[in-house]
Amino acid sequence: MKNRSLVSISDYSKKEILHILELAAGFESNPNQPLMRGKVVASLFFEPSTRTRLSFDTAINRLGARVVGFTDASSSSTTKGETLKDTIKMVSNYADLIVMRHPLEGSARYASEQSKVPIINAGDGANQHPTQTMLDLYSIQKTQGTLENLDIFMVGDLKYGRTVHSLLMALSLFNPTFYFVAPKEMSIPREYKTFLKNMGIRYFEQNEMGNLEKADILYMTRVQKERFSDPMEYERVKNTYVLKNAMLADTKDNLKVLHPLPRVNEIHPDVDANPKAYYFEQAENGVYTRMAIMSAIMGVK
Amino acid sequence: MSKQKQLQVSAIENGTVIDHIPAASLFDVISILGLDHISNLITFGTNLDSHKFDKKAIIKVADKFFERDEINKISLVAPHAKLNIIRDYEVVEKRDVTIPDEVIGIVKCFNPKCVTNNESIITRFKVEDKIDLALKCHYCEKNTTRDELQMM
Ligand SMILES: [Zn+2]
Repeated sequence: MKNRSLVSISDYSKKEILHILELAAGFESNPNQPLMRGKVVASLFFEPSTRTRLSFDTAINRLGARVVGFTDASSSSTTKGETLKDTIKMVSNYADLIVMRHPLEGSARYASEQSKVPIINAGDGANQHPTQTMLDLYSIQKTQGTLENLDIFMVGDLKYGRTVHSLLMALSLFNPTFYFVAPKEMSIPREYKTFLKNMGIRYFEQNEMGNLEKADILYMTRVQKERFSDPMEYERVKNTYVLKNAMLADTKDNLKVLHPLPRVNEIHPDVDANPKAYYFEQAENGVYTRMAIMSAIMGVK
Repeated sequence: MSKQKQLQVSAIENGTVIDHIPAASLFDVISILGLDHISNLITFGTNLDSHKFDKKAIIKVADKFFERDEINKISLVAPHAKLNIIRDYEVVEKRDVTIPDEVIGIVKCFNPKCVTNNESIITRFKVEDKIDLALKCHYCEKNTTRDELQMM
């Protein structure tokens, strides 16, 4: 992993994923380890994302490194028409590591080819967001004690939701059974079903919330109105994919509810007090997994 | 061998005849092979009757012998193309084209949000499906299919 960019979760092998998760656990039990003292990390947010940026900034500070960069493109030279290539060439002369978020898909892969220093993709449009996937994996492993042989429910927008796609690819290394719960218009794309078939992984598709007693993990996502071509269809399905506390009554003791946040209305607030709700802790895990990824890439751990 | 076929392939002394091009793809083939930028003698015919398609096109390039990698680029738009290598007015070799494992710099990514459509970048695709044609973009990771295929 040393000196290698992280653009897509599939850049890491199963062994490398497990290594990162182990490092993350170490950072959770001891978060202040200034292993990157003297290093400079460039944080380039070509589009704003307060949540992801704060998580990275916290991780960088806890590792003792310094941050330079910008928080949205309007304050950078890209508004003057500078190409991504030129920005990356310049910044990679200054920094030891680049964290980049960009609205264009594939921008992180391209940046990694132009940069002298490793790039960590903090989201490239609707394409990849590997550090989110890593924190999801960490949350699942931490709450279940393992990543192997789990029954994973994925609910909501399974068509456009990039977190779902990346998580699906990563979990496929651990022999899961998937239950895809989505309206027809938001169902899981065929290419992912082909991928699962080729990997020999079982999956079921259902249009309504049900069979929840089988679940080890319930991964909820936003169903966004603007994704629907027919607004009537949205009105019809919007309440079908809302999780309410009563629905968790007969579920397994080890079940945890995850959500990449921010949520809209897909998890009713009455779930928040249920010990099976894990989405707030999940977000906190992002700091430890990002510390683990950065220290592995910088070769300090 | 029919008289018509004889006429079509025997007109050049040395060079390459590319036969069985779908008529609609003729100009794509010309542009992919850069034939619009070379000084060799080139003749072509189009809207010829064909058993395989509605209408086919044929290109004859004098004194030009293509490398395998070079000619395979046309397989995306002319998968059934046949090459006749001509020396001294004789067909000395016949060749098919095959779809390569990787396609570099010929095809446009169909995804408008792909970085390659917004900055000057040479496109790169892995061919995931050679039969139905699915080209996976090295950058945005989306598949461009036959229906969405557009040349640079
Ligand atoms: Zn692309």
